[in-house]
Formats: sequence, structure tokens, C-alpha cells
Amino acid sequence: MTIDEQEPPDDGGSIQTRGRHARPDEGLSRADMVRLGLRGTGQTLITLGVVVLLFVVYELWVTNIFAHEKQVKAHNKLEKEWASGDDPLIGGDGKLNLPGGKQGTIPTGIGIANIYIPRLGTDYHFTIIEGTNDADLEKGPGHYVHSALPGQVGDFAVAGHRVGKGEPFLNLDHLKPGDAVVIETKSDWYIYTVKGNVQTGDLNDKGTDGIPGREIVSPSDIDVIAPVPDHPGATPTEKLITLTTCHPKFTANQRMILHGTLARQVPRNGTALPKELAGGTI
Amino acid sequence: MYVWIWRHLPGAVSWKVLQVLLLVAAISALLLFVIFPWLEPKLPINKATVN
Repeated sequence: MTIDEQEPPDDGGSIQTRGRHARPDEGLSRADMVRLGLRGTGQTLITLGVVVLLFVVYELWVTNIFAHEKQVKAHNKLEKEWASGDDPLIGGDGKLNLPGGKQGTIPTGIGIANIYIPRLGTDYHFTIIEGTNDADLEKGPGHYVHSALPGQVGDFAVAGHRVGKGEPFLNLDHLKPGDAVVIETKSDWYIYTVKGNVQTGDLNDKGTDGIPGREIVSPSDIDVIAPVPDHPGATPTEKLITLTTCHPKFTANQRMILHGTLARQVPRNGTALPKELAGGTI
Repeated sequence: MYVWIWRHLPGAVSWKVLQVLLLVAAISALLLFVIFPWLEPKLPINKATVN
């Protein structure tokens, strides 16, 4: 753009030519002023357009690079902890941190478990971070601090970004009833399956416990992560998992919620994988 | 604005082009690594939690 403007103007008397010899505010005709104003406005609008485009590039691409770096760091730290015998889910007193009360002893921002969803690809895995503030979710999917832990009675609730910031839950809408959501902790593999009607494939089917496989709710609907989702105050009997992300893609108007129930649990044994994952044996 | 900048850059055209590229890179970096990360949490987009 700048190079074009440097070429001699064809209207002869424009401010560009004159500006080289005199101060720009001298001898400007009314037409010159109008032209100057219009050109300035045009350039400003084009500049703003380019800045907005750059913001889109930032959201869709640059945030993923930063987030991936943080996810890898959190994952490596968790693996190292496990290898040295530490488990962030075990408190200093040797007991599991129970939801409500002792749960708070897990520091936010650290990795606590790994999540695998075979439907989203054999290489799909993320380390789940404790906490759901902006900084936590930039590292990976985040565990709501007052919700249950993997394998506990109640609701193990996890939030994740849909677009940008590593976008762990970008394709959460691809899940079908019965699909496995596999959680790995230091001690165990927990295989949850997405609720809904496996026969008909209906994710909205509320089954016998009144909890659907998927629901789209308003961002303020915290009941979806209650110990018994959608039934606040009820006493939990099931071991559930809930995943939350924004919906529709690129917006924050609603939340997409997926519920699953614990199908089975196997102790972690070296590098052996559960059968639900590619190459799994246990 | 762009004409003004172009005229105030010193040197031959090729040298000016290089400076323009550097300016664009510097401003892009400022936007991508400082301004957008500051601005983004203030915008009502990309929230994944219920609260």
C-alpha cells in the first residue's frame, strides 16, 4: 500500500506532491482537506480490519502454541511425580482428598490425572489440571475444585476450552452414548461411558436416573456439575463424570455438557493400557 | 499516516522496505504477545466453565 502511494499522483496537485516542498498545513484547498480526511479514515479502517484479523490468528493459532507448551510441562511434571511415588490426589495424611473440605489441599494449577477419549483419536490425551480459572484452563482441561475425584461417588467435573488454548474439548460433540472416557490416575484406570441411550444413540435420553448423555445449558447453570447433575441437593449414589465446554463453537453463549458413568475400574499396572485404548490389554 | 511514515524512513527504497517489514513485525509481536493476551480475558468469548 505504501509503495503505491509513493508513486506520482495523477491528479497533479495533491498534497503528496506539495508536501515535499511545503509544510502540509500550508496552501491546502478544501478538496485537499476532504481528501486527506477520507484517506486517513480509510487507512484507519483498513488498519483496524487487519488488527481484528490478527486477533483471529491469535485466538485460533497462537494461543494453542502457548497452551501446548504449558500442557506438556504439566504432563511431564505429573509423570515425574508418579515415577517418584507421589500422587497429587493423596493428601499428606495418606488419605484420598475427599470433596468438600479436604479437597482444598490439592494445589490448583498442577496436573492430577490424564484423560483419554478414544472416539477423538488414538492419540487424544490431556493432563487434567486442578482448578478452572483462566490460568488453569490454559494448561489443559481443569477439574472443578469442589467436585468429586476420579472414581468417587458423586460427579468428577472437568471444564475445557472448545476453540484455542489447546482446545481439548473442540470435538466433544462427536461423542456418542456408550463412548469411553478414560481417566488415568497414579493408582487406577477409570473407564467412564457417555450416558444416553446406547441402542438408539440418543444423547438426550435421561435414562432411569434423570441424567442425559448431553445437554446444552446456559453458562450460569451450575446444577450440571452438582454431585447428582441437574438434581442439586440429592444424595449421590453413582460415580459420574461431567465435561463442560463452550457452545456453539467460537462463542460463549451456552455450555455443552456431557455426562458419563463409571463402567469399570482397573488398577494401574506398569505400562499396560485398558482395553478401551488402542493396544490395551487390561 | 502510512505516507508520512514512508517519507520519514531514511535511506534508499530497498532499505526503507526492510524497515517497513521490521516495523510490521514489531507491531504484530506487540499485539500478539502483549496486547491480545491482556485483552482476551476481558472479552466475553471462550469461557468453558459454568459458574
